[in-house]
Amino acid sequence: MGHNDEYQKLEGKIFTKSFFILLFVVLVGFFFVGVRYVKGIGAVSNMSDGYPWGIWITYDVATGTAIACGGYAVAILVYIRNRMQYHPLIRSAILTSMFGYGLAGFSVMVDLGRPWNAYNFFIPSKWQANSAMFEVALCVMAYSTVLIIEFLPAILTTIETTKWERIHKIGEWLHPRIAPDAQNMANRLEWVKVGAAWLKPRLNKVLIFFIVLGITLPTMHQSSLGSLLLIASTKLHPLWHTGFLPLLFLINCVFIGYAIAILESIISCYSFKRPFEVEELAGLAGLIPWVTVIWLSVVVGDLVNRGQMGAALKLDFYSGFFLTEFLLVGIGSTILFSRKNRRSPRWLFVSAAMIVLGGALYRFNVYLIGFNPGKGWRYFPSFAEIMITVGIVALEILGYKVFVKIFPVLPNAAKHGGPNRHDGKTAPIAAGSMEFGK
Amino acid sequence: MKNKSRREFLKLVGVTGAGLLTGAATASGSEGLHVNNEEIGMLYDATKCVGCKACMAACKRVNGDYGSLSYEKAKFDPDGLWDAPTDLSGSTRTLIKLFKESESRWSYVKYSCMHCQKPSCVSVCPVSAMTKDKVSGVVDYNKNTCIGCRYCQVACAFNIPKFQWEKSIPQIVKCDLCKNTNLREKGISACAEVCPVGAIKFGKRKDLLQEAKTRLRENPDKYIAHVYGEHEAGGTNHLYLASMPFNKLGLPDIKPQAPAEFSEKIQHTIYKGFIAPVALYSTLCFIAVKNMKKHDKTDDHDKRKHDGEER
Ligand code: SF4
Ligand code: SF4
Ligand code: SF4
Repeated sequence: MGHNDEYQKLEGKIFTKSFFILLFVVLVGFFFVGVRYVKGIGAVSNMSDGYPWGIWITYDVATGTAIACGGYAVAILVYIRNRMQYHPLIRSAILTSMFGYGLAGFSVMVDLGRPWNAYNFFIPSKWQANSAMFEVALCVMAYSTVLIIEFLPAILTTIETTKWERIHKIGEWLHPRIAPDAQNMANRLEWVKVGAAWLKPRLNKVLIFFIVLGITLPTMHQSSLGSLLLIASTKLHPLWHTGFLPLLFLINCVFIGYAIAILESIISCYSFKRPFEVEELAGLAGLIPWVTVIWLSVVVGDLVNRGQMGAALKLDFYSGFFLTEFLLVGIGSTILFSRKNRRSPRWLFVSAAMIVLGGALYRFNVYLIGFNPGKGWRYFPSFAEIMITVGIVALEILGYKVFVKIFPVLPNAAKHGGPNRHDGKTAPIAAGSMEFGK
Repeated sequence: MKNKSRREFLKLVGVTGAGLLTGAATASGSEGLHVNNEEIGMLYDATKCVGCKACMAACKRVNGDYGSLSYEKAKFDPDGLWDAPTDLSGSTRTLIKLFKESESRWSYVKYSCMHCQKPSCVSVCPVSAMTKDKVSGVVDYNKNTCIGCRYCQVACAFNIPKFQWEKSIPQIVKCDLCKNTNLREKGISACAEVCPVGAIKFGKRKDLLQEAKTRLRENPDKYIAHVYGEHEAGGTNHLYLASMPFNKLGLPDIKPQAPAEFSEKIQHTIYKGFIAPVALYSTLCFIAVKNMKKHDKTDDHDKRKHDGEER
């Protein structure tokens, strides 16, 4: 863990064009969040007494946290299976998890009708251990904290080495008088740096226990996300309502986690013009089929066991969604069985995308599509509802883009790339490009 | 080597899965819950109901005074003079509907919370805002604790808890058997008190059940031979008699096993005494620390070599 030269900051401007586009989307989303608080949830959403949970829970929480399981899945690989060669991937995976979980927490606060009562989660006399949601809430809060701790080394490294020029410049730009005089500030910053330098090795010593906690907690709450729907035995379609829901959700988040780690690496390498991390990705990709095979067999075995195979192949509305989910995951992982495909960024991208989509559709099926409260109820998200979710996703991407430029998150291409990476096709890291206020 | 780690990985998945699997296995073998017939409830006889809606008005009156209900405006009534709800909602706890199959075959039906013996809403509420009174069996809601997550709505097989979607300070609304209003003051629920034809009988579950069975015995042609609520969802304290199939009256077909029993059993098996999570954590710690040590050793070695080259 103490290998800080494993990672590097991405040099480059923060305030790019895409930054402002994303910012605009975020602001639109937040406008509707404002409306929701003033006029009530009904004013912005199409949720109803029949469909009390809409896409905020289904996507932002149930699906979003699975997509944010990259950190979890890679941590299992690195620390439990002891494949340290994947270590370079972990910081960006953790960063994504941090944003994914943080914003899931945020959208819960938008979704809750009486969020000011949420403090009851910390009052033991109000605890209700029978409730899967209680378990989910506590674990998610704990895990978000753990994720921040796991990310601390990156922040501490930055504090230790930074010259604080940017902050100083921003201060000066705001108003010359706000900016403290250079000497005074340098002195004070020296203390911060010394503190950071003191904390870091100590943190490194105990970090492993937090990392393991960061593996235990998602194992618990991801399965409990499946348990949430166990009670809806009369509402959830039998294709999805099974005692295996917790297990299926757990396996589901593991393969989504690996697939998303692949996607994320490919996309960020592509858009930041860094060399692809083919070695690591091929290894990750080799794992996915093993996990999905377990998942697919539990699904099929359980359907056969409950005599629901007929429903699965009926080709009606429900079976259509079931088959789509099933085939996306199945075909996606079949592609990855081939060693050659696992080394091609294009095939990696296609199959990982299929697996993420299929895995996410499974969660949508359980939470929304397969959920039928009875005659007369209908749900399709409203424009405002969608915009709030899109705004939250935009904030996630925005945060990621800014963070990788401030903190050492991405694998150090020079160290891990090796000579074969710089084959001339990919531009070397844009060194010396303008940074705000430098 | 490759194969070995693969095996290790499968083992890991197996370990985490095993707990859940046993959970699913034991959950299917439920013994059924113990029904407490001393709890209070109501018996609604649809064949006696004349559809006067006095119960609805009474319910709104007592609960409106209590400050937990507002009146609803009918769509055709811009002045807001007519409270004519079309369904249970954030301002209506009980409702009379008319089901008409033909000119000669029709039936009224009253909707409200069923006050389940093993209520799903209580089982799922993460902050104990839904509670079941141990003595009376009344399922009550506390807005000062509720976080508005609406899980109770998802969980209730009868679709009873309603949410005030249009309010910035919303709450869940459902019948509480007048626990804090009429029942406390007069010892009887408001709707049962005002019913002019005795279609709503208030009392202990055992008496209501006996009464229902007597009516069935004495007038077999008048009724469907079934007391709705006797076994549905593990038994409810609100019982129904009717002359038409209950699912036609909008009362869902529900199996005798309480949904909450099924889900709690799985949840309990996974989290029993918190053993599984703690075991998982310590096992993982053990593996991870061992791996770290192994790695650090080889890493130091690498580094020394590396440093040597640099120099
Ligand atoms: S009918 Fe629904 S709201 Fe009423 S006690 Fe049963 S589960 Fe709870
Ligand atoms: S909405 Fe309120 S009463 Fe219902 S489950 Fe959530 S916290 Fe409990
Ligand atoms: S028991 Fe009370 S709260 Fe419930 S429906 Fe009757 S009047 Fe309304």
